[in-house]
Amino acid sequence: MAPPLPPPEQTLPIDTGLDWQARFAQLHAQARDPRLRAYYGAGMVSPQTPLSDVPFAAMDFETTGLNPQRHAIVSIGVVPFTLQRIQLPQSRHWLVQPQRPLLKQSVTFHHITDSDLTQAPDLSDILSDLLQALAGRVVVVHHRTIERGFFEAALQLRLGKSIEFPVVDTMEIEAQRHRQSSMSLWRRLLGRRPVSIRLADSRERYHLPYYPPHHALMDALASAELLQAQIAHRYDPDLPIGRLWL
Amino acid sequence: MEVEQIEIREHLRRFAPFDSLTDEWLDRVACQVEIAYFKAGSTILKFGQEISDLHYIRSGAVEVYRRNGNFYNRQAEGEIFGQWALLMGRAVRFPVKAIEDTLIYYIKAELFHKLWEAQEVFADFVEIDDPSRLRSAVVEREQNNELMTSRLDKLLSRDLVRVAQSATLQQAAQLMTDEGVSSLLISAEDGSNAIVGIITDRDLRTRVLAKGLGYDTPVSAIMSSDVISIPSDAFVFEAMLLMLRHNVHHLPVKQRDETIGVVGLSDIIRYESQSSLYIVSHIHHRQSAEELAELVPEAKAAFVRMVNEDANSHMIGSAMAGIGRSFTRRLLELAEAELGPPPVPYCFLAAGSMARDEQFIITDQDNALVLDDRFDPKQHDAYFHQLAARVSDGLAACGYSYCKGGIMATNPHWRQPLSVWKQYFTDWIDKPDPRALLNSSIFFDLDGVYGEVAFADSLKRLVADRARQRPLFLAALARNALNRTPPLGFFRTFVMEKDGKHNNSINLKRRGTAPLSDVIRVHALACGSIAQNSFNRLKDIADSRILGHSNGDDLRDALEFIAVVRARHQALDIEAGREPDNNVEPEHLTQFERRNLKDAFEVISNAQKFLRMRYQVNRIG
Repeated sequence: MAPPLPPPEQTLPIDTGLDWQARFAQLHAQARDPRLRAYYGAGMVSPQTPLSDVPFAAMDFETTGLNPQRHAIVSIGVVPFTLQRIQLPQSRHWLVQPQRPLLKQSVTFHHITDSDLTQAPDLSDILSDLLQALAGRVVVVHHRTIERGFFEAALQLRLGKSIEFPVVDTMEIEAQRHRQSSMSLWRRLLGRRPVSIRLADSRERYHLPYYPPHHALMDALASAELLQAQIAHRYDPDLPIGRLWL
Repeated sequence: MEVEQIEIREHLRRFAPFDSLTDEWLDRVACQVEIAYFKAGSTILKFGQEISDLHYIRSGAVEVYRRNGNFYNRQAEGEIFGQWALLMGRAVRFPVKAIEDTLIYYIKAELFHKLWEAQEVFADFVEIDDPSRLRSAVVEREQNNELMTSRLDKLLSRDLVRVAQSATLQQAAQLMTDEGVSSLLISAEDGSNAIVGIITDRDLRTRVLAKGLGYDTPVSAIMSSDVISIPSDAFVFEAMLLMLRHNVHHLPVKQRDETIGVVGLSDIIRYESQSSLYIVSHIHHRQSAEELAELVPEAKAAFVRMVNEDANSHMIGSAMAGIGRSFTRRLLELAEAELGPPPVPYCFLAAGSMARDEQFIITDQDNALVLDDRFDPKQHDAYFHQLAARVSDGLAACGYSYCKGGIMATNPHWRQPLSVWKQYFTDWIDKPDPRALLNSSIFFDLDGVYGEVAFADSLKRLVADRARQRPLFLAALARNALNRTPPLGFFRTFVMEKDGKHNNSINLKRRGTAPLSDVIRVHALACGSIAQNSFNRLKDIADSRILGHSNGDDLRDALEFIAVVRARHQALDIEAGREPDNNVEPEHLTQFERRNLKDAFEVISNAQKFLRMRYQVNRIG
C-alpha cells in the first residue's frame, strides 16, 4: 500500500521568473543551424498559459551511464500529451549510435546491446525529427539533469552548439513535496528513511499501474501519466505554466 | 510495434471482450490508444457530453450514475464504458465518476465501430449483459427517463390536508389558503376517515363563485365524489397518464388503503415543463377550432421532447392520445355550446390508435357516435350530424386528417344508437366475412371519449364475451392479421417498399407496429381481454397462457423497439422542419437500430407463423 498523498498545494517555491517565450525568440534570432532555427522558430507558450492549455512532450533518454561528459545516449522516447489526453499514437522512439562504447553495467539496465545499435543512426541523423517532435511543446522529464545534460553534451559534440528548452521535472515536483517540506524534516529528525522519489515509487503514490522500467518510451509515457496525476492532485489546471517550468 | 503498445495489448488481452480478438485486431487497438488520468472523485463523463471514444479502465475504479444521480453500476480494471452513447450515436446519458485514482485508455469511436461490425463476439459483448439484445435495448432507454424511474411517493412532501364533509365552503377555502394547497380532500364523518371527495381551486371558481353559492354551503355539495386515486408506488409517468386520461389535475395517493397525500399537476410539470399535461390544461381554455389549432406546434414540441427524453412508446402513445382526446372533448363542448344540449344522450367514440393509446404525431381521425336508444333519426339526426361535422372539421384543423375509409361520425353508418351498434358487433363476430372485417376491424379497438362512456364500455364487454367463443371469427381476424408482412428477406436483409414514392425505405407502421398490434388483437380477443392498449393486452395474454410456453415478452419488446424508432425518426423530421412520416431509409438508421430492428421484425414474422398455425389459416383462404 502506498503512503497517503499529502494535501494539495497551489504554489511552488520555485523560480517563476523564467520567460521561455522571450528566450526562444532570442535563441531563434541567434541560431545558425537550420534544425535549431526551426525548433526555436516554432516558439513557446507564454508563462501565463494555464496548464490545461499547454502542449507537453514527455521525453526520456536511456544512456550508457550517468555522466554526460563520459557516457552517451542510446535511445530516446518522446510522448506528446496535454492535461486531457496522452497522444500515444503520435509517440516516437529512436535507437541512436552512442559515440562512446557501451559499458557492460548499463547493458544490464536497458537491455540494448552493441548488436542492436550497429544499424542505429547517429543522433545527428534523427535530430531534425526529434526537434520536430518537441517543437512548441514543454518538455516533461523525470530527473531533468539527465535529459538536459545529455542533450546539451550531444549537441556540443556534433554542432558545437548547446540547446536550451523549458522542462517540467516530475521528480522535482515530488522532491518539493517530500524532501523539502516540514514533514520530511520531521522524518529526518526521527531517523526515518526519506520518501523515495524514483519514477516507479512516485507513480505508486498516485495509484498508477506498474510499468517495466528502463525503456525510453515506457519511461516517457510513465512520466506523462505521472504529471497528469500530480496536476490532478496538487494543482489547479488554471495555474500558469510559468510556475512549474524550469 | 513499440514496447508501450505491447504493454497495452497484453493488458487488453486479459479482459473480455478483447480476449476474443485476434492478435491483428489487438495490435490495431493497442496502437491507437490514448490515455488520461482521473483523480478519485473527479468526473470522467458528464451528462449530455459528446463522446468520441470507448473508455477502458486500465487501473482504478469508477461509478456509473443515472441522470437523476442514482447509482447504477460500479466498474473496475479491464471494464469498458461509453459504448451505449457510441452505439446510439448520441450524447452521454449515464455520467461516470472516478471513485479511485483511475487511468483510462481511450479507444477511438471509428475503431470501436469497425470492431463492432467485424467481430461478432465483440459486438455481442458490448451490447448486452443479458441474453436478449432487444430486451436490453428497450430497458436501456427506459432507465434514462426520470418520469419512468421516479416513484410517486418522492413527490409527496407535505402532510395530507383534509376537512370533514360538513365543513362550510368558507372553512374549506380558509384551510386551503392557510396550508397553501390547491386541492382539499373531504373525509367522511363516520369516524372511518375514509376519503369521500375532493375539491380544487377550480371548483371554488366554477362551482361556487360562478353559481353564486353561499359561504355556508357544506363542501359536500360541490365536491367531486368519484375520486380517482393512485397507489404511492406508481411511477410519475403513470400519474401523468391517469391525469391525461381523466382530465383531472389532482390525484389522491394511496398507500394500501390509506390516502397519504395528493399529487398535483404542478408537481409533475416540475418534472417536465413542456409536458403534454400542460398542453391539455391549455386546450380546455380555447374558445374555437382556430384557437385550438394554434396549440398544434406545442403538441409537436411535447412529442419531440418526450422522444428526446427517452420516454417509452406507451407513454408517448398515451400522451399523444390524451392530447387528441382533449382536442375532441373541447370541440364537443364548443359544439354543444353552439348547438345547444343534445336531444338524447350520446357517447363519442374513438377507434384505432387513439382508442389503443398508441397515437403518434401523424394520424387519421377514426371516430363514431353511439346514441341513446331513444334516438329518432327524423327528429335528432340533424343535430348529431352537425355535431359530428364540427368535431371532424375541428380535428382536421388540428392536424388529424379525415379518415380516407370514412370511419368518422359524419358517416351516418357510424352514427347509430347503441342497439344498432350491438347488432353490428354481433354480426361481425357471428358471421365473419374477412372482407367486411378488413374495414370494420378498426372498431375492435374502441374507447369512449366524451358523454355516456358507459355505452362504449358495454360494447367492449360484448366484444370480449362473444369473440372468444367464435373460432371462425378469430380465424378470419387472424387471416387479416397476416396481410402485412414484416420487411425481412430470406437472408435477414431489409425488403424495401415498392410503391414508387417511398422506394428504398421501410414503412415502420405498415410493416411493423400495425401487423404486430393486429396479431396482439387476435390473441387478446381470444382470451377475453377487455384491454385496448397493446401492452395491456399483452399482460392479459400472458396471464391467460394462450401463447403456450411464451409469455409474450418478445412481442412487447419488438413493439416497443419499432415504435420508438418510428417516434425517433418522426421527431428528427419535426426538428429538421420536414413533414414527418412513417418511412425510414435503412441508411439513416444507426447500426444499432438496424440490428435490433431485424430482431424485432423476426419476432413479428414468428408471431405470424404461430398465428397461421394456431388458426389453420391457409394462404389462399
